[in-house]
Amino acid sequence: MSVLEKDLGNLPDAAAVQARSGRRERKAVKWKEHLLGYLFLSPSLLLFGVFLFYPLLRSVYLSVHVTDPRGRIAAFVGMDNFAELLSGDKFYLSLKVTLQFTLLTAPGCILIALILAALTHSKLRGMKTFQFIFSLPIAISVSVGSIIWMLLYHPTAGNLNYFLQLLGASPVKWLSDPTWALLSVSAVTVWMNLGFNYIVLLSGLQAVPEDIYDSAKIDGAGPLRTFTALTLPLVSPTVFFVSIVSIINAFQTFGQIHILTKGGPVNTTNVIVYNIYRDAFVNFQFGTGSAQALVLFAVILILTVLQFRLFERKVHYQ
Amino acid sequence: MRHRLQSVLVYAVLAVSAVLVLYPVYYAITASFMTQAEASAYPPKMFPGGLHFDNFLQVLHLVPIGRFILNSFIVSAVIMLGQLVTASLAAYAFSFISFKGKNALFAMFLSTMMIPWEVTVIPNYLTVKSWGWLDTYEGLIVPFLATAFGTFLLRQFFLQLPAGLFEAARIDGCGHLRCFTRIVLPLSRPALATLGVYSFLTHWNMYLWPLLVTNGEKMRTVQIGISMLQFEEMTSWNLVLAGITLAMLPSLLLLAAGIKQLVRGITAGAVKG
Repeated sequence: MSVLEKDLGNLPDAAAVQARSGRRERKAVKWKEHLLGYLFLSPSLLLFGVFLFYPLLRSVYLSVHVTDPRGRIAAFVGMDNFAELLSGDKFYLSLKVTLQFTLLTAPGCILIALILAALTHSKLRGMKTFQFIFSLPIAISVSVGSIIWMLLYHPTAGNLNYFLQLLGASPVKWLSDPTWALLSVSAVTVWMNLGFNYIVLLSGLQAVPEDIYDSAKIDGAGPLRTFTALTLPLVSPTVFFVSIVSIINAFQTFGQIHILTKGGPVNTTNVIVYNIYRDAFVNFQFGTGSAQALVLFAVILILTVLQFRLFERKVHYQ
Repeated sequence: MRHRLQSVLVYAVLAVSAVLVLYPVYYAITASFMTQAEASAYPPKMFPGGLHFDNFLQVLHLVPIGRFILNSFIVSAVIMLGQLVTASLAAYAFSFISFKGKNALFAMFLSTMMIPWEVTVIPNYLTVKSWGWLDTYEGLIVPFLATAFGTFLLRQFFLQLPAGLFEAARIDGCGHLRCFTRIVLPLSRPALATLGVYSFLTHWNMYLWPLLVTNGEKMRTVQIGISMLQFEEMTSWNLVLAGITLAMLPSLLLLAAGIKQLVRGITAGAVKG
């Protein structure tokens, strides 16, 4: 080929022909590359289109309509669904419950996971076992975890009240007392989310190079000081990631509420997503359900942007 | 001296936390071996009197847990494989193929991670229903076959592969398809394993979607199946917990096998932007 090219190169007009066809060939190759790129992306794009982008648009469409008891579009109502939501108490109440739930679960769970990750990230004997134990809740599904805790929380025959009694305290109606229900559900949630948070934070700690610690040791820093002054800033990107994911997850909690309390007692655990589920799939009001989902989307989006604005500057990227 | 005191303190904190974390699981597994009298005894028993394996046989007769587990297994395994295929293809395109609109498309992929499922669940339910996919494997599987998180994770890994090796292969006339299957995929086994374990566990634990799109007992997944058990058989806790133990066994085994992959791999893609 190259010999042929050289030979042809001796003839001026042939060279021009060659160059032109080369350009065409290169263009064809480039075109083929573009096509291949789209081809590789097409399965994902198709699925996102059908199950993410189209539904997003359809939610907007549904939110400006009302549906009949069988879930079919009945009439166009404009912004009425939104106006109704924002003028009544019910939506604000479930927003408040969701915020309380988020505050009860996310910060505590991250703190516990961080302490456990820091303590197990050492060369002491037996740490592999502890690492497995603290990761274990990631393998417990929402329904398995909720049912186990439902039995533990049982007001008369449950083990928790038995332990309380051993300590001399009076039994608690964990899930049916309005002052306790949200706390009880939050405790289950912290337990269930611990595994994921722990795994992510532990791998964040493992990514910090060893020699940094060595120099701190030489400088005579104690373990607590090393942790707050050195480790914490270094893993702050991971902590930031975990807190964003935790808050988004807290806003989307559904399974444990559905199994443990069904939103009760007296709506004290009626988080937004449970409210959406009730409106849409129990009462078949897809319109108000979609309107709430969109408002929730906006709230999550604003919260996430705020978190980035307020805290990302304090995150230390290496 | 001070050093020893420190490590005693560390062990004490860890041991107490480990007991607290393990207790619910311990309770579920031990109670699943008890007789009904033992399980409902007061004060509660901490150890079963003997290993009553018939609880498991009984619960298998009572509700088709075997069928539920099989359903969950099929659904999670197919979703896992599907996600590995779609995500690795997309990640390869984003890492190694140059095409028009690449950056815009990648930004679009990332933005899909921001769309919460509440916004899509109602329309998706309507779509699946209109296709007659309620109570089918298609309805349980197809909506989850693509993953932006997985694509992102794999892309970060692909970009860390040694570039020299890759260029040499291109010069040798290795086309994209060959490069993808012969070089990139075999080298990315750790990242693929991480995504596989993560994806399997997530979809094994799925709750709301199977609750919405399955009605019949035949198509129910194990998560929905066992939460039904709780309402039907609330009186015999030993049976409920035997069902629970059966349901959590596969994911516990998977965790034991894949924990190294999870710890090493999950932040690689998620944190290093």
